[in-house]
Amino acid sequence: MTSKVELEIFEGPLDLLLHLIKKSEVSIADIPIAPITEQYLATIELMGDLNLDLAGEFLVMAATLIHIKSRMLLPPDESDLEEDEEGDPRAELARRLLEYQRFKDAAEELERRDILRRDVFTRSPEPREEVETGGFESVSLFDLISALRTVLDRLPKDSVHEVALEKVSVRDKMSQLLDRLRQEEKVVFQSVFEGASSRMEVIVTFLAMLELVKIRAIRIWQEEITGPIVLALAAPLEEVQQKLATEEIEGDGDGA
Amino acid sequence: MERDQLKSILESLFFASEGPLTPAQLGEILAGVERKEIVSAVEELSAEYDAAGRGFRLTEVAGGYQLRTARENAEWVKKLYREKPARMTRATLETLAIIAYRQPITRAEIEAVRGVDVDGVVATLLERRLIRIVARKDIPGRPFLYGTTPEFLELFNLKDLSHLPTLKEMEEMASPPPLDAEAPPEGSGQQAVGIKD
Repeated sequence: MTSKVELEIFEGPLDLLLHLIKKSEVSIADIPIAPITEQYLATIELMGDLNLDLAGEFLVMAATLIHIKSRMLLPPDESDLEEDEEGDPRAELARRLLEYQRFKDAAEELERRDILRRDVFTRSPEPREEVETGGFESVSLFDLISALRTVLDRLPKDSVHEVALEKVSVRDKMSQLLDRLRQEEKVVFQSVFEGASSRMEVIVTFLAMLELVKIRAIRIWQEEITGPIVLALAAPLEEVQQKLATEEIEGDGDGA
Repeated sequence: MERDQLKSILESLFFASEGPLTPAQLGEILAGVERKEIVSAVEELSAEYDAAGRGFRLTEVAGGYQLRTARENAEWVKKLYREKPARMTRATLETLAIIAYRQPITRAEIEAVRGVDVDGVVATLLERRLIRIVARKDIPGRPFLYGTTPEFLELFNLKDLSHLPTLKEMEEMASPPPLDAEAPPEGSGQQAVGIKD
């Protein structure tokens, strides 16, 4: 059994690209293809390491980026020159990104409205249904993965020659994390990985975190856009432990 | 019928009703009263609530009128309920936005915009009755076409679809603002944000 976390309800390759473009502070209309492709590939490689259920669309986009990059290295085709803008191999991608950005903005606009049973109430509200199957709140999966990359980059390099791999399971890390959250109300993302000695341990810890979000035991958010990512219990601990007892934890037992 | 009596009856109807009441429904109940008079009485009632700073508003939503609590009191009203308000994930909101603006739309067309599979999200939205199947598209495979429901309008406090915030223009987003631009173009996204309701 592999440990995988469902990704489908999160964002796709376009969202990842927008995230990288925004982070690099470049314009969608003039994407520096080489560095963005490099960052894109590094991110999906990491997602692959995490065994995240990497949707095929991410790989299609990787191929698209590489294709664009190679076309940009070629001398411009004369027939392309006449079509001016169309000759830019990035044009189609830019159009798709902009189109997607429009709807992302529209979604944010919707979210800011006076939402029934959140901001405004009617006299006889319907019983609320359970809505989402877990979900990050203000932090996107990509924000988390970027943060994870920072943690991995900071790992001491000389820990490569491990002789005996310590066996840590996702489930162990989950209870460790819950223990800590019971004692401290809020925990900063980076501090969760303090003491982790190997890349594997960092990744197992990260997966444990995602599992806890998935069963809605914890929530992860950011108080400011550039502020630290914070974790806290999302439900009373007894409830969480009950969930843990009943939930089948994917990836448990592979022993990392 | 006296104006005050009409307003009193309307107030009772809004108080007792579970969903938004449309002018047509009100006209049926208040048989004999002219539609124009009903609408103006409703508007007067609404203005009175606003002016008196009541804890509720008469809101135009999903083609009708409904009493809703004042937004500024949400913090307290929430405490009535043990459950936390349902949050929507970005995937849900984005998919809903695409359907709202582009309806009727097929799943493949939604996927083309989001760049990712939307099966699960569409199923959830159907289940929550925020979208519905409106027809089949006349192309090979005859795929379903999706559109939003009155529940969608109710959830987002929208009078009707024409009151959706205006989408930004692609050109506007692509290029950084030109140096000689004095003001954002009329009718751009900016302006349409604050919808009066």
